Amino acid sequence: MSDSVVTLNHGAGGETMRGFIKQLFIESFANPLLDTLADAALLNLPGTRLAFTTDSYVIKPVEFPGGNIGKLAVCGTVNDLAVMGAKPLYLSAGFILEEGLDYSRLERIVRAMAKTAREAGVEIVTGDTKVVPRGECDGIFINTAGIGVVPQGNGLSPLLVAPGDAIIVSGTMGDHGLAVLSAREGLSFQTQIESDCAPLGDLIGGVLKISPGVKWMRDPTRGGLAAVLTELSEGQPFGVLIQEAAVPVREDVKAVCELLGFDPLHLANEGKVVMVVEESAAGGVLEILKTHPLGKNAALIGQVTEGPAGVVRVQTEVGGVRRLQRPAGELLPRIC
Amino acid sequence: MSALSGYRDAENVRRIAAQIAQVELPRPVRFMEVCGGHTAAIYRFALHDLLPDAVRLVSGPGCPVCVTANDFVDRAVALAQLPDVTIATFGDLIRVPGSSRSLAEARARGADVRVFYSSADALEFAKTHPERRVIFLAIGFETTACTLAATLAAAVQSGTRNFSMLCALKTMPEALRTLFSAPGVQIDGLILPGHVTTVTGMAEFDFVPREFRIPCAVSGFEPVDLMETILMLCRQIEQKRAAVENQYTRVVRQDGNPHAQALIAKMFEPCDMPWRGFGDIPQSGLAIRKEFAAWDAAAIPVEVEPAREHPGCRCGEVLRGMIRPKDCALFGKACTPEQPRGACMVSSEGACAAVYHFAAEER
Repeated sequence: MSDSVVTLNHGAGGETMRGFIKQLFIESFANPLLDTLADAALLNLPGTRLAFTTDSYVIKPVEFPGGNIGKLAVCGTVNDLAVMGAKPLYLSAGFILEEGLDYSRLERIVRAMAKTAREAGVEIVTGDTKVVPRGECDGIFINTAGIGVVPQGNGLSPLLVAPGDAIIVSGTMGDHGLAVLSAREGLSFQTQIESDCAPLGDLIGGVLKISPGVKWMRDPTRGGLAAVLTELSEGQPFGVLIQEAAVPVREDVKAVCELLGFDPLHLANEGKVVMVVEESAAGGVLEILKTHPLGKNAALIGQVTEGPAGVVRVQTEVGGVRRLQRPAGELLPRIC
Repeated sequence: MSALSGYRDAENVRRIAAQIAQVELPRPVRFMEVCGGHTAAIYRFALHDLLPDAVRLVSGPGCPVCVTANDFVDRAVALAQLPDVTIATFGDLIRVPGSSRSLAEARARGADVRVFYSSADALEFAKTHPERRVIFLAIGFETTACTLAATLAAAVQSGTRNFSMLCALKTMPEALRTLFSAPGVQIDGLILPGHVTTVTGMAEFDFVPREFRIPCAVSGFEPVDLMETILMLCRQIEQKRAAVENQYTRVVRQDGNPHAQALIAKMFEPCDMPWRGFGDIPQSGLAIRKEFAAWDAAAIPVEVEPAREHPGCRCGEVLRGMIRPKDCALFGKACTPEQPRGACMVSSEGACAAVYHFAAEER
């Protein structure tokens, strides 16, 4: 019954979405590059290694505290390249515009894209525009694809991850998710929370240049830190244990989460990276991150553990241990 | 939040846990919490982990989404099919399975179903969209009833006729009486809901120790609150007493909030109410008063499918504290938070969802 049409759960970043992508897309398009399900495909071309990725942006509202869909479309794709160890170089931009979209709003969005691309050191070199009749899209949808160059021997591989490795986040969790939720109709509450939307190429590049020992990275977008750590440990012979008290979360984000019954570890981020680092290199990586404006709140939050295999656990601030899972479908505020 | 930091202090929690471990209990005990906020907090902070084996916690009928019966969802889904209707709802109700579909599935098929954080926002939406008939799904306990009464009063006062409520509000005392009167229910202590008693006051629950000899304590929602409450219940058992005590003194007053009680009584009246897992419980619900019938969506004629329960779903027994979520064969297999078969798996406050999300041990 529920499988006969696509529901919002199929795109919400949880178990339903993963199962559906595997069953439909991976099966249909099967190839070894796609099968890795990484944030970007790594292409070995003669004399060079490229990272190639694509992402579509359908955010509502299109302008939110701290950014807009244009800035997000550049950051999201640049960050997917950066966490694969690539230096982001070129983007494409495809626009689907709804008849009746306010032209000045579109200008603001495009200007934000241009500015963010300059900051990220990438060029938008090809594009496409379609306009659809009123009601057939929600104002504006943007798709960006990106390519970057992967330097030889950066040592990133999920196969290297082992018990004892440190887990580091580059800053506070949940800002973007809450900024967008707070701007959404029906959930209006007054906060000063802004999206953390930012390109991470410079921050990550700085770490990789100086410190070997980084083994694996992801940007914790949809599904938040929980989705990233679940992806890291799923089906692996190791587990993950994080200390809740060590995870940086803004006080106002915490407060709103309490109110709505959300877990900050489930909320999206758009300017953060999660790194798995060789234990001996963790202190050095943390220091490098903290010298960068985008990493000033970086923290060591936990470790890869011997077991239980494939399970992410959280030691709560009062000492109990619980499991951490991907959020189930759409995040919905609880009733009381 | 900084005002609460003391209530999350790991050292405090450890100290109370040690005191709990020292209480001489005559036998292993089971304490029931009957508030979704408590369920969520207990699992989120993994308090089970900090208690001795002799003290077990079970979840009762405290999650308003979980105790909402199938026929309410079915009626909401049917109303959603009517022309110009917008169904306005609290978030987690949207995933509760009805007899054949949930509101989320109705939405995927074209119904206008919108999530609101507060009923006041839904009323505002109705005022700015006069072409829509906005029906708010009024579920919850006394705490929510108070805010819904205020919204309903505002709708009446402003003459907003395209706004109505489909009401399944519930009140806790009669449900507890039904629960404790049932054969085979073994509960040694009751953690009373902090927010509900803020409205009702404590006298509402005096019958529990009086008629059933079950110790009670009103609890706050922070880890230190809950641990203190558990300690209070243990001590009552140790001292062979049964009374209603108040751990949540910083918020809950003996006589509750008379202003809120008056507002609820002005807009709603007691009625019989179906509960998932319990069937009909006399005088355990609130209905919109006759004089406000124009704002009562129950009066809208609509064809509703006959209610059917999901085969194998044991939410009813979970809600009565008879079985633990993992005792249900569907748990974590056919029934997950993303594909819930029963309501206890839907809300973040539901017992099954809490265990699924947070239980540290392997499923």
